[in-house]
Amino acid sequence: MTLRAVVRAARGQFRLSVELSAERGHVVAVLGHNGAGKSTLLDCLAGLLRSDETSVRLDGRELGSLPPHRRRVGLLRQRPLLFPHLTVRDNVAFGPRAAGASRRQARAIAGRWLAAVGAEEYADRRPDQLSGGQAQRVALARALATEPELLLLDEPLAALDADAAPAMRALLRTVLRSASKRVTVLVTHDPLDALALADTALVLADGRVVERGPTQRVLSAPRTPYAARLAGLNLVAGEAVEGGLRTPDGDLLSGLHAEGLEPHTPAVAVFAPSAVSVYPRGKSVPGSPRNTAEAVVAAVEPHGPVIRVRTRASGGWAGGLTADLTPAAVADLALDPGKPVTVVVKATAVDVHPASSLSAARSA
Amino acid sequence: MTRDSTLRSGLRSPRLLWIPAAAGLALIVLPVAGLLFRVDFARLPELLTSQASLDALELSLVTAGLSTLLCVLLGVPLAVVLARVRRGGRVLRAVVVLPLVMPPVVGGLALLYLLGRNGFAGYLLDVVAGVRVPFTTAAVVLAQTFVAMPFLVISLDGAIRAGGDEYERVAATLGAGPWVVFTRVTLPLLLPPLASGVVLSFARALGEFGATITFAGSLQAVTRTLPLEVYAQAEADVESAVALSLLLIVVAIAVIVAAGPRMTARVTEGARP
Repeated sequence: MTLRAVVRAARGQFRLSVELSAERGHVVAVLGHNGAGKSTLLDCLAGLLRSDETSVRLDGRELGSLPPHRRRVGLLRQRPLLFPHLTVRDNVAFGPRAAGASRRQARAIAGRWLAAVGAEEYADRRPDQLSGGQAQRVALARALATEPELLLLDEPLAALDADAAPAMRALLRTVLRSASKRVTVLVTHDPLDALALADTALVLADGRVVERGPTQRVLSAPRTPYAARLAGLNLVAGEAVEGGLRTPDGDLLSGLHAEGLEPHTPAVAVFAPSAVSVYPRGKSVPGSPRNTAEAVVAAVEPHGPVIRVRTRASGGWAGGLTADLTPAAVADLALDPGKPVTVVVKATAVDVHPASSLSAARSA
Repeated sequence: MTRDSTLRSGLRSPRLLWIPAAAGLALIVLPVAGLLFRVDFARLPELLTSQASLDALELSLVTAGLSTLLCVLLGVPLAVVLARVRRGGRVLRAVVVLPLVMPPVVGGLALLYLLGRNGFAGYLLDVVAGVRVPFTTAAVVLAQTFVAMPFLVISLDGAIRAGGDEYERVAATLGAGPWVVFTRVTLPLLLPPLASGVVLSFARALGEFGATITFAGSLQAVTRTLPLEVYAQAEADVESAVALSLLLIVVAIAVIVAAGPRMTARVTEGARP
């Protein structure tokens, strides 16, 4: 382990308490919704925010008491924040200059990093002459030019438009993969970024880690409602029983048990929104699906090519679910908020996993 | 009939506002115009090149220049520190704008009781270094700095706070210590508001009257700046006073013209993106 951080800080009512560790060359994704404490965590690692109870150890070197400019960290934010009074090249040369390189050396280093991110052609432009995607590339080059031991990425793709984000994601993938000795912490709310870039992921909610593990596992088999929501999956908690999961209300949700799931232990049933069908209440449900429950439509909103329908509870486990339907189906069924519906989930689309209690998540 | 496809705003201000707006504009323009009518252009060169006028002009430009420099040297650090204090910023800001809301005469009196022969700092200076400040050119510069500095501090403080500190934070993560951040990031970004602050301070220093006459007196070529000369001549030779007033107006217009683009730039760029 080369990065070991314990961040404990308070701001008003909000308390942040996170332990984080990572090996050299690895990328840790920090997932969470707005206000979960992701950016505060990054600022604490960077030294931009400080608390007495924060310890950041990199290879045994304690950074917690150092000011930001002595920590050898690189920070890339959602906005590129290129210095508007400097050219692109001088922006990238800023770090090496601050580290004591001569003007010529710094410009040479800047040239190399601009080439590495494919931005050398903009070297002599002013930041206001760049598009969002170009500016973010340059900002990445600027952060890397100081050769940071700890690279902090704060939603680096969130402000880019749909055309620029994939290219930047691919660039980050190349750059992060080629790094042998750097530790990278990536803050994001987009599971796609985490899956594309990170080895491990931790899910932050209300300033605490509620789930952590290999990125793929956290996002495909979430154990907590937070992680499920981030991954865009439905999650129903209960107790593992033969053939599925028993909800606290006593309903049985049929599904496939994951390996190693002990009966009568806390478990979660996870299924994708596309596996959920919705019928007007009272109508006969075709076939003989085993998982049906009653709910009320809470919201209907477009989600890419499909319409995402959210439910709220009307007894049973079908509250707070999301279902992806075709626009035609939504129109046919006249699904408006407030409409009572019957929700059906195919048993074969439901995976039942052991639930991770908070303490189990911490020690994972 | 000509047709123009250029886009223009479809909004207009209410007609009712035009009347007080015109009255407001007239209140500024008419007195100046009235002064222009009173100018005896035939005697103008002679009046303006009198020894007293030349002394006053030179003294005004030198002292206003020096006090503007002093405003920058003291005001920029004050504004930067003020914008970043964690506590007590509101109280400090109120203190800084005090010379702005205080009658200049009172400011001059206050300076006199600090640095005059009976003031505690003035007494110390006199005894220890043999320096007497009041009624010297240095007193003029101090009085002008006293009244002009708030203009500079306020325009900078506003710009710094509106801009936030994101650039400074990024610079710190790039390895720049506080001094490098200040000189290579904060200061360059502050140039547009600094320029407008400098212009405002210079103009304020140039027009300073009350604090100067109280603290520095009115000695030709030593402390009698242009506004003081205008006041002195208004009693003796009205023609001369009017000519000097014209000179002050010309200088003021020159300042506005020189600062014109900068002023507009500050409004649009002063708040950093």
